[in-house]
Amino acid sequence: MKLIILENYSQASEWAAKYIRNRIVQFGPGPGRFFTLGLPTGLPRDHPESYHSFMWNNFFKHIDISPENVHILDGNAPDLQAECDAFEQKIKAAGGIELFVGGIGPDGHIAFNEPGSSLVSRTRVKTLAMDTILANARFFDGDLSKVPTMALTVGVGTVMDAREVMILITGAHKAFALYKAIEDGVNHMWTVSAFQQHPNTVFVCDEDATLELKVKTVKYFKGLMMVHNKLVEPLYSMKEMGAERSQSKKPYSD
Amino acid sequence: MPSNKSVSDAPIVQFTNCRILRDHQLQREDLWVREGKILNPEKLFFDEKGSADVQLDCKDSIVAPGFIDVQINGGFGVDFSLATDDFKSGIDLVSQKILSHGVTSFCPTLVTSPPSVYHQVLPQISVRNGGAHGAGILGAHLEGPFISKEKKGAHPEHCLRTFEAGAFQDLLATYGSLDCVQIVTLAPEMRRSSEVIRELTKRGICVSLGHSVANLSQAEEAVQHGATFITHLFNAMLPFHHRDPGIVGLLTSDKIPAGRRVFYGMISDGIHTNPAALRIAHRAHPKGLVLVTDAIAGMGLAPGRHTLGQQVVEIDGLNTYIAGTKTLSGSVATMDTCVRHFQEATGCSVETALEAASLHPAQLLGIEHKKGTLNYDSDADFLMLNDSLYVQATYIAGEEVWRQDVSGM
Repeated sequence: MKLIILENYSQASEWAAKYIRNRIVQFGPGPGRFFTLGLPTGLPRDHPESYHSFMWNNFFKHIDISPENVHILDGNAPDLQAECDAFEQKIKAAGGIELFVGGIGPDGHIAFNEPGSSLVSRTRVKTLAMDTILANARFFDGDLSKVPTMALTVGVGTVMDAREVMILITGAHKAFALYKAIEDGVNHMWTVSAFQQHPNTVFVCDEDATLELKVKTVKYFKGLMMVHNKLVEPLYSMKEMGAERSQSKKPYSD
Repeated sequence: MPSNKSVSDAPIVQFTNCRILRDHQLQREDLWVREGKILNPEKLFFDEKGSADVQLDCKDSIVAPGFIDVQINGGFGVDFSLATDDFKSGIDLVSQKILSHGVTSFCPTLVTSPPSVYHQVLPQISVRNGGAHGAGILGAHLEGPFISKEKKGAHPEHCLRTFEAGAFQDLLATYGSLDCVQIVTLAPEMRRSSEVIRELTKRGICVSLGHSVANLSQAEEAVQHGATFITHLFNAMLPFHHRDPGIVGLLTSDKIPAGRRVFYGMISDGIHTNPAALRIAHRAHPKGLVLVTDAIAGMGLAPGRHTLGQQVVEIDGLNTYIAGTKTLSGSVATMDTCVRHFQEATGCSVETALEAASLHPAQLLGIEHKKGTLNYDSDADFLMLNDSLYVQATYIAGEEVWRQDVSGM
């Protein structure tokens, strides 16, 4: 894995954004598809806390994406398992996920794959852990009874099939989860740890998220920042020459 | 990109690079319009998988709902209280000219007049949508003749009337028809006013208190019977007194029925009300303030003499008096001037100033579900303004109906 440590939330976000941009440009303008991952059930599409609203307000309305290329699991589908299966099919049809971007929960979950989720799971309906419900209560005016208890999510196995995985982790409350994810063993109680077995992972975090790591680990990866920064500088643009930009500028392999 | 709209094939316009007034705040959002209404882009994106056909760059303008003027007696030489042969072209002229002031809907107002005038003029006023031809007409505002002699202001005394004999029937006989009437101003201390107010309210007509010497309890009683507006607060009513606040006291009265709000018109031209008084009213009851122009025929014309119904008025700068007196009679301020002056005098936010001329009049008339806001599914009547609140362009039903000449004219 590559562990990229930036000073704070904005710097971490910016680094990640630049990396994603370069990767998109390298991937080429083909029929690029986006798949968005974890969706609570039971929320109407236009509820302000639905993933549709979240993705629209924070992402889609700021870019010129064509609506046909947006695939969000529909938590209100009549047959949820069929919806999940169809999602897996769509991923296959699009040629697989090139880059998966996600965060982790304080309990180390990736998407909604809560502690105890199978590390080879696929897209499915998942019950949510109490920690997650508590963490989401702030979107429902602190009223626990309003928070959905189940979610549609991509499985750990689904994400492992992606050609590259990028996890964003910021804040001290995620520090223990990061420690469990990268310094401890692969364990279904901390599902993010599954990516230790993925050939191509990038963890982007801020200083606060490293608080539970060994000093040795942090120093090692900070020492590699000069090399890692070559992944974001130069910043490519779609307008550049084809040959130049499709060169994969990977300074080393995982 | 090709849009696959399942609901309608009509073109979708996306106004970008603007700050829109929504939910009482200026937000950096795009404004989407289809078929004359404000469109919900999220619904378009997810449900219809549609996208914009045209994108217009607003160059960082403020985009606000169009202004609604509920008290305007005429302008540009046209007097709504004069029964002329070309009355219809007069109203068309005014409705077209006020587009440049940011007004997208208005209530042509008639001052106290003899019944013959009402019988001739009212049938010629029809509620109609706005467009390139001019601002929309919401209905007439009849200010008088059932008002107080002591507070007639510029209204002609010989035309004042009472309805003590036949109450509502008297009123109906005087006006002839109430078909296109949206607001009636009357003095609540008049005998049998309660019946009249109830009857008008039942017909969906907004009752306003004005030109009156009512005390606070008479005013409160009128509100209980259905009155919801005060015509040009402070003017043509008893001044505020700390033991009997009169109509002005309605702003902070505790006898307003639950769920109702009393609105009050303010002519913020800097003349009708001292800025300090404007601030007192605004601070006492900010949500009820409705900006009106009370503009008369001379608005938009050079200083000099003009008519206002049965009277002759004289214009000198922004002041308009009954010829030969110091009695104020209407104003020549334009709506956008009033908005700017209101904002300056009270130091309020741009959002508040804009809402006083759009949201509040719409709420007063009970039409805020389609006018006065930029909410989804509302009529797309809006303005582009610069930071100093000068109108740069006016749109009605999503079409541009007026644009500031770039040459600066």
